[in-house]
Amino acid sequence: MQVESGEVFGFLGPNGAGKSTTIKLLMRLIFPTAGTARILGRPISDIGMHQDIGYLPEQPYFYDYLTAAEVLDYFARFHDLSAADRRERVDRLLKKVGLETAKKIQLRKYSKGMLQRVGLAQAILHDPKVVILDEPMSGLDPVGRREVRDIILELKASGKTVMFSTHILSDAEMLCDRVGVIVGGKLRGVGAPEEIVGVKAHGMEILFELTGGEAKAGSLAAKATRTGDRYRLHVEEEQLYGALDQIRAAGGKILSVTQMKATLEEYFMNLVEADRAQAAAVEVSAQ
Amino acid sequence: MKHIGAVALNTFREAVRDRVLYNLVLFALLMIAAAIVVGQISIGIEQIVIVSLGLSAISFIGLLMAIFIGVGLVSKEMDKRTLYALLAKPVRRWEFVAGKFAGLVLTLILNTAAMAVGLFLALLYVKHSLERSDTAVLVGVYFIVLKLALVVALALLFSCATTPLLSTLYTAGLYIAGQYIQQMRTLRTDLMNPALAKFMRWISYVLPNFDNFDVVGAAAHGRAVPAALIWQNTLYAALYCLIVLLAAAAVFSRRNLK
Repeated sequence: MQVESGEVFGFLGPNGAGKSTTIKLLMRLIFPTAGTARILGRPISDIGMHQDIGYLPEQPYFYDYLTAAEVLDYFARFHDLSAADRRERVDRLLKKVGLETAKKIQLRKYSKGMLQRVGLAQAILHDPKVVILDEPMSGLDPVGRREVRDIILELKASGKTVMFSTHILSDAEMLCDRVGVIVGGKLRGVGAPEEIVGVKAHGMEILFELTGGEAKAGSLAAKATRTGDRYRLHVEEEQLYGALDQIRAAGGKILSVTQMKATLEEYFMNLVEADRAQAAAVEVSAQ
Repeated sequence: MKHIGAVALNTFREAVRDRVLYNLVLFALLMIAAAIVVGQISIGIEQIVIVSLGLSAISFIGLLMAIFIGVGLVSKEMDKRTLYALLAKPVRRWEFVAGKFAGLVLTLILNTAAMAVGLFLALLYVKHSLERSDTAVLVGVYFIVLKLALVVALALLFSCATTPLLSTLYTAGLYIAGQYIQQMRTLRTDLMNPALAKFMRWISYVLPNFDNFDVVGAAAHGRAVPAALIWQNTLYAALYCLIVLLAAAAVFSRRNLK
């Protein structure tokens, strides 16, 4: 698997797939039994290379007895920054992650979401070239998630390479240039989200309104999902025009016609199910 | 060095902000105050009682701090996952270990110094003046610091390798065994199995010798501590700490953080 310079790369997989393990390997928190990994062309054991990396651990936890400003200052000390530079960066980052007013409160009083913001701030404090975020949206409310998304897009705009793990597929679809999908510890696919799921349309969805003409619409109305006077109908592409004619003939009002594509979620679920089926098959044959 | 300093400062800050520490120091000062009371009813031997009780209290409280804070130095950071963000920085694991050691030793030096001031104030209160022979008390305090540094190094080593409970048991066990080094060396080995005798002799040199750091008797009686012993203990503690810290760094450098 290779993450290109300047891209936002989503690392997807269900719980227990190996996303965090992979990231921990890259961060030297655990050691590989086999294989190699390089970041910015240098081996991960090269300590100097970590000067250019920012890392947000999954569900980060920091020193209870420190304030947000103190913990950021502490981490900044490992990046050869002067005291004045550290102060300036800490203030700027705390403002960026929305913790400016809470900077003098000890972290023991912080919520999970606030700790996540501190974690994000320490990851980008030293202006790294590569930012690796392990489940950055976890524990955040919708406002917090939006802010993290904005920060990721800002990092991309400033030419940084961002790799983040998530199981929230909509975040990946929204933010990533490419994604890698890992299931059961094996990489199952890498590519742009639309490449990964394929561009083939999976039929059409017609949304229409019909008042009292249900009998005329006949079998179509029976196949559709009804909400009040509105109907949602899925048809194959070649059946579209016939279905539209039938709805019009019954006095229905067409509200929208949408091409249906497979989502990343469907792709993801298919992989997980295939994996489970394979595991079950292996278990049966072993018995 | 900057990285070690940063970790040490943070460790020191953690210990200072932990209120348990103040309770322990307060307890030690109370014990020293109690020594004054006991000293006053021990006519003629006030100094012996005050210095013996005072140094023992300082040593005991210091040991509690060294063991209980020491065994959590690394394991607590692993359990709470505060280490994850730190080790992803350009910091070497041995720098982290060295910083943790330096931070706790610094904390213990300051606490021991605070308690020693209490002891000297107690002496001053009873004797109304300090004498040249009281420098032996100062040497006693210095030896306590050396002993505590050694205990911290051992606790740190175990903290890198195992659980806090086992680390506490191992550190306390080694401390207790280290009190009896002289007895081990003077055991009548002629009655023993030769292999066991050889092992006893070998182990008496491998185990940390805490026996040499105990000069409470000399300090209480105002006897001067030989300069050679001061040098010997300083060198011994420095070398032993260095070896134990190298082992701790080696263990921690291979440790997977789950």
